[in-house]
Amino acid sequence: MNTRVFAIADQAIVDPITIVPELCTGCNLCLHVCPVDLFLPNDDKGGPPHVLWPGECWYEGSCVDVCPEPGAIRLNRPPATRVNWKPRADLGPCGK
Amino acid sequence: MARMAGETPLGPVPWPYPVEYGKTEYQDADVLVIGGGASGCFAAMGAAGRGARVIMWEKAATMTSGAMGSGCDHWEMAATNPCSRVTPEELADAMVRMHHGYNNGISHYIESREGYDRLLDLETYGAKIRDTGDEFRGADFRDDATKFMFAYDYVNRFTLRVWGTTFKRAMYRGAKIRKARVIDRTMGAGLLTEGGTIGGRVVGAVAINGRTGKFTVCRAKSVVFCMSRPTRLWLFAPGATGISEFRPPQCTGDGHAMAWRVGGQFTMLEKSLRGEWSGLRSFPPYSTGNNHNTWYACTMVDAAGRRIPWLDRDGRELTAVADRYRPGPGQKFYMKGGGEPDFPFYEFQGPETMAVEEAMKQGFKLPFYADLTDMPPLERKVIWGMMVGNEGKTRTPVYAAYNDAGFDPARDVLQSYGDGWRSGQFLPQERQFFGIPGGMVNDWRLMTNLEGLFAAGDVLFASDCVGHAAATGHYAGRHAAAYASAHGDVTVDDAQVASERARLYEPLQRTHGVSWQALAEAITRVMQNYCGAVKSDDLLHEGLRGIEELRANEARHLVARNPHDLLRAQETLNVLTNAELVIHSCLARQASSKQLQFQRLDYPEMDPPDWHKFVTVQRDATGVKVGALPIDYYGDFVTNYERHNADYIREQAAG
Repeated sequence: MNTRVFAIADQAIVDPITIVPELCTGCNLCLHVCPVDLFLPNDDKGGPPHVLWPGECWYEGSCVDVCPEPGAIRLNRPPATRVNWKPRADLGPCGK
Repeated sequence: MARMAGETPLGPVPWPYPVEYGKTEYQDADVLVIGGGASGCFAAMGAAGRGARVIMWEKAATMTSGAMGSGCDHWEMAATNPCSRVTPEELADAMVRMHHGYNNGISHYIESREGYDRLLDLETYGAKIRDTGDEFRGADFRDDATKFMFAYDYVNRFTLRVWGTTFKRAMYRGAKIRKARVIDRTMGAGLLTEGGTIGGRVVGAVAINGRTGKFTVCRAKSVVFCMSRPTRLWLFAPGATGISEFRPPQCTGDGHAMAWRVGGQFTMLEKSLRGEWSGLRSFPPYSTGNNHNTWYACTMVDAAGRRIPWLDRDGRELTAVADRYRPGPGQKFYMKGGGEPDFPFYEFQGPETMAVEEAMKQGFKLPFYADLTDMPPLERKVIWGMMVGNEGKTRTPVYAAYNDAGFDPARDVLQSYGDGWRSGQFLPQERQFFGIPGGMVNDWRLMTNLEGLFAAGDVLFASDCVGHAAATGHYAGRHAAAYASAHGDVTVDDAQVASERARLYEPLQRTHGVSWQALAEAITRVMQNYCGAVKSDDLLHEGLRGIEELRANEARHLVARNPHDLLRAQETLNVLTNAELVIHSCLARQASSKQLQFQRLDYPEMDPPDWHKFVTVQRDATGVKVGALPIDYYGDFVTNYERHNADYIREQAAG
């Protein structure tokens, strides 16, 4: 059986989570609620958690919802799924 | 020195949790609930409310997990709410007929009859189900006496708009208040049967912990399965595995695989639909301009700003926005979409925008946009503010993100990227389980063919949304508690426990080998090639051979470096087992069926009358056993419900 237990970050093509170290208090609430368990606690107590398995993110944002420090954690949508909008007035006058 | 803060580390990280590979923990319960989503939490509440000692295992974190863990925006089929103008019998009958009989009459009757009771439970535990802040006073869709808000058919009022981001916490709280023991990060991984036999009475289960690797054995008088439907059979997104499917990545259909191994009976798993969501090839659900589900019934406009006409079921144009929310002339009520999008069912068909092909013929220009600026202010606010703000997959990544980036629903239009609510194009062989897929066969107690094993939510055949999960969860929990109280203590088979433990720890035996991602990708290739849009005995047998090859080679060389990897490896092995189950289900139906979206090259006749039945598959000691159940095997709704639920009816009447 494997006796040396370690983790290697996955090879993701997405970067779902940004943690701002200056704002994060290391409370690990995000880590406790993440359904896919993609964080690991920092080995420095009070340090921000590590994002170990970014590719497994489901983008539902529980980590952002639970964070007590505004702006400390951000969810980044993959650029390939960026959606376009524009003012209604730009489409032209007809239709109403 | 601390590693780079809050980022993905570049090298190997020592495991931060205690490693408990060698440990076995024994637990005892009257009722063991496996899966802590909506159905699991309610199963725990239902069973504990009957005095059972309940343990609930959840693979992720109960507070947020499950298919609706982060939220939901509406609750369907609440026929017993005081504003509803339809009966549970009418709704269940409509659901069965819309699907030409291929539906679960039992579970959808339970949903229609008890779903509203579960909403009231949620309110007790702190969820918001009414417009208590009077934000929508005066809206067509609001009832001022109850402050309930409705979606779709505003005349018949059986689908409620809800503040679903408050729901999962309320469910978690409810399970805890009812004294269920909730154990997170613990994956139910195998069933234990009396004497360790296939088809034997279920007497417990085994689990592994995704952080410590600990092996747990629970002896239980009854077990309730509350896990997801199978996923990742045809679709896998390397590099963005978390969004491989519509459902969350931890929803892998573990229950189907666990039950299949010990002789559980399944039906309708031959049905699959062409994929709509996977990875970065599609946009996240409800994040683009559309007019379905969360966005019903938003105005759509073309590139020149012309409105795409809304039509009633007879093709008459509806000019007022309010008419999109009313049944047509001579129609009693309408259901969301009137069935599956490919097969509109006239009797229950609701208003819809002109088909895209017709709009193109009439000169409407691409791209199309959802135009919330055209909607009355309260309709605009309920779609963008409340619905998108409470649907779990949109609250943070769409509602908050677009607002932050400057999207203004009173000024801007949001682009649409496909036909209807689809936002990506997939090949015919890239399939998904969606729109009431197959699952375990159940009786009127929601017990499966295996004595002592009950099923709810997505484990059941023809499962649907959160209301269905919650209602069937509570119901299965009650009946599992009744079963447990009628039976004495159980004994597990030591040889079966030892063999399960060896099977689950197998990927820890090596330091190099095949990754779970490589196996996951390979499974989808076999399924696309041999169990795609068109099927035949030859192709399906080749598929079984492909699955066997993967099992004999890659599956035996899977490697897990830590408990997290071990969980992912076991999920993927369950997907492999589910692929086998689905291929057997396809072999068993020797006829094509339009409603089941099932095309056999060797049996091309569509829906021959002899095959209008539920075809079942299960394993026994000698192989795979094929059977059949009449399409109406569950009998009369009211008679059977009342026969099995006298205690519940009495309790509800007493308030």
